[in-house]
Amino acid sequence: MPEKKIRVLIAKPGLDGHDRGAKIIARALRDAGMEVIYTGLRQTPEMIASAAVQEDVDVIGLSILSGAHNTLCPQLMNLLHDKGMDDVTVVLGGIIPEADIPALKKVGIAEIFLPGTSTQDIVEIIHKRIAH
Amino acid sequence: MSDESKVSTQTVAPAEPPSQKRKPSGKEKAWQENTLRPTLAKNPERQAEFTTVSGYPIQRLYTPADLSGWDADRDLGYPGEPPYTRGIHSTMHRGRLWTMRQFAGFGAAEDTNQRFRYLLAQGQTGLSTAFDLPTLMGYDSDHPLSEGEVGKCGVAISSLADMEVLFDKIPLANVTTSMTINSPAAVIWAMYLAVAEKQGADWKKISGTLQNDILKEYIAQKEYIYPPEPSMRLVIDTFEFGVKNTPKFNTISISGYHIREAGSTAIQELAFTLRDGLEYVEWGMRRGLDVDEFVPQLSFFFNAHNDFFEEIAKYRAARRIWHKAMVERYKSRSPRSWALRFHTQTAGCSLTAQQPYNNVVRTAIQALAAVLGGTQSLHTNSLDEAWALPTEFAATIALRTQQIIAHETGVANTVDALGGSYFVETLTNEVERGAWDYIEKIDALGGMVAAIERGYPQREISEASYRYQVEVDKKEKIIVGVNDFVTKEKPLDILQIDETVAARQGDRLRKLRAERSGDEVARRLSALRKAAQGTENLMPYIFDAVKSYATLGEICDAMREVFGTYEEIAIT
Repeated sequence: MPEKKIRVLIAKPGLDGHDRGAKIIARALRDAGMEVIYTGLRQTPEMIASAAVQEDVDVIGLSILSGAHNTLCPQLMNLLHDKGMDDVTVVLGGIIPEADIPALKKVGIAEIFLPGTSTQDIVEIIHKRIAH
Repeated sequence: MSDESKVSTQTVAPAEPPSQKRKPSGKEKAWQENTLRPTLAKNPERQAEFTTVSGYPIQRLYTPADLSGWDADRDLGYPGEPPYTRGIHSTMHRGRLWTMRQFAGFGAAEDTNQRFRYLLAQGQTGLSTAFDLPTLMGYDSDHPLSEGEVGKCGVAISSLADMEVLFDKIPLANVTTSMTINSPAAVIWAMYLAVAEKQGADWKKISGTLQNDILKEYIAQKEYIYPPEPSMRLVIDTFEFGVKNTPKFNTISISGYHIREAGSTAIQELAFTLRDGLEYVEWGMRRGLDVDEFVPQLSFFFNAHNDFFEEIAKYRAARRIWHKAMVERYKSRSPRSWALRFHTQTAGCSLTAQQPYNNVVRTAIQALAAVLGGTQSLHTNSLDEAWALPTEFAATIALRTQQIIAHETGVANTVDALGGSYFVETLTNEVERGAWDYIEKIDALGGMVAAIERGYPQREISEASYRYQVEVDKKEKIIVGVNDFVTKEKPLDILQIDETVAARQGDRLRKLRAERSGDEVARRLSALRKAAQGTENLMPYIFDAVKSYATLGEICDAMREVFGTYEEIAIT
């Protein structure tokens, strides 16, 4: 019996245009059988939260390389909470100093993927998270 | 190449005759029979196929048989002479070392001013400015979209007042400055010229480089504001202004760096960058500029990635292609237009967050390729760049890496040390041929702007980048410390950006808006708006607005009102 596909929103918040990582992840998750929606560049946290509601996704994957994660992630998590989307799993990839990780986990970012993470690892972790 | 790439049905004849089938000499045949074959029978090679980091196949051995038809005087030539394979100056780094130009910028103007002065005191020979994302996107520091981004990826510059602080006590008459700014390049350049004027520096003598390469923004880095047509108009406005007012300033740095960072192959980097260059030349000529009047002010910027010989071949091929295109396509008569001058930066995307001290070694090898490839200036990345902007400690090692190459290794003692190598010459020929194939494909699409609008270069890069990731994930390509030779290590001490920058910038902007003449600003912005609706050169209007302390955001908004903004169709 076909299982329901995991729905993922890949989003690039902030002003940065470096989308190599976001595009690779979008394609790798799609190749792994997930349904992937890519928002395109320069999405505000409001736009991302609305897209997550509209598309009824299980996972939001954020790509941030600009150093703005400490501002953008808490904003998004608050908006998701306000929209009753607390059950969506939010993961983050990009240039993230280790010292910032505890605070990001505290606001509810489920996983933080640093440069060098393989796409298989990301696929596996998402599968594990969503199976729960 | 992907299937999607076959957008053109028109076949184009290769620019160079395809290399004749190899005809090994009797001695080579004997070697294959008597020496090679028994070895392979006993010990097969490590891999079935050897490829560059770009996936380009590399043979076991290169011999004179690979260069049949190749003529040293014609194809290699002599340094400082066409086709410039060996470099653009007759004495190259014996005459003058490359400019050691470290890209720096963070926080507010005063923070970066301090780093600039530190780097100059350490023996750096040119400045290079990194701007933060709000500045790159034409927003002031207090714009709502700037929240969280002010001073993070570079220095925050919202007005001439910030620019005055950035270059405080740095005499612009004596230092060359590169500015990595694209969509708002005309505005930032006007600010720089206003500071130079205030310092009493002669515009005819000041020198530096404006990145100003909007095409690669649509292709790779994606920091665009306006649609392609008005963006190209602004670029040509700066060319025209530069020809008249600042003859020593490079009004553009046509950049492959970002194309490569986005995941392209070396051949794609070379081809798309040079085709961008040709596009600028064509738009300049369409404006009515004489080719030899403005092309000497065009400069280039390439990546230095891990694959040592592929990179060296890329730089050598770049010079040969540019010379050929200038002479054959545009009938240029000035050697100053023929010689491709370039800056190099080592590959940020090759650096690893894991075992970051290994990045010093990667950077050194990449820098060596750039030097052997005949670069005019060089930025070496710092070891901590997969984590954050560099600390002073890391930035100093990066600069020292260049000084060690320049003064200790001996590679600067001779010109084009690898010239005549069977391998390097063959690879140079092949990389050149591969680039011409792409260039002609883009010609057939109607030029680079048309190709971008069809998503062609974007799709080619995206395919290459995914292909590479798959190879890394399958361990077909090894990255030390990432997918092999993995160990656990202690976290690095990294640069913390002062969180008060945004507040400081906000205060400064409030003060500026209160103190300047609002009427004057409004008048000059309205003049700019009106000029933008017509066809006049916008530089004088932008310069006027800048001098009234109109902010970057206000000036870019005035043009947004006329030009509109650009949204790309995302390709995944």
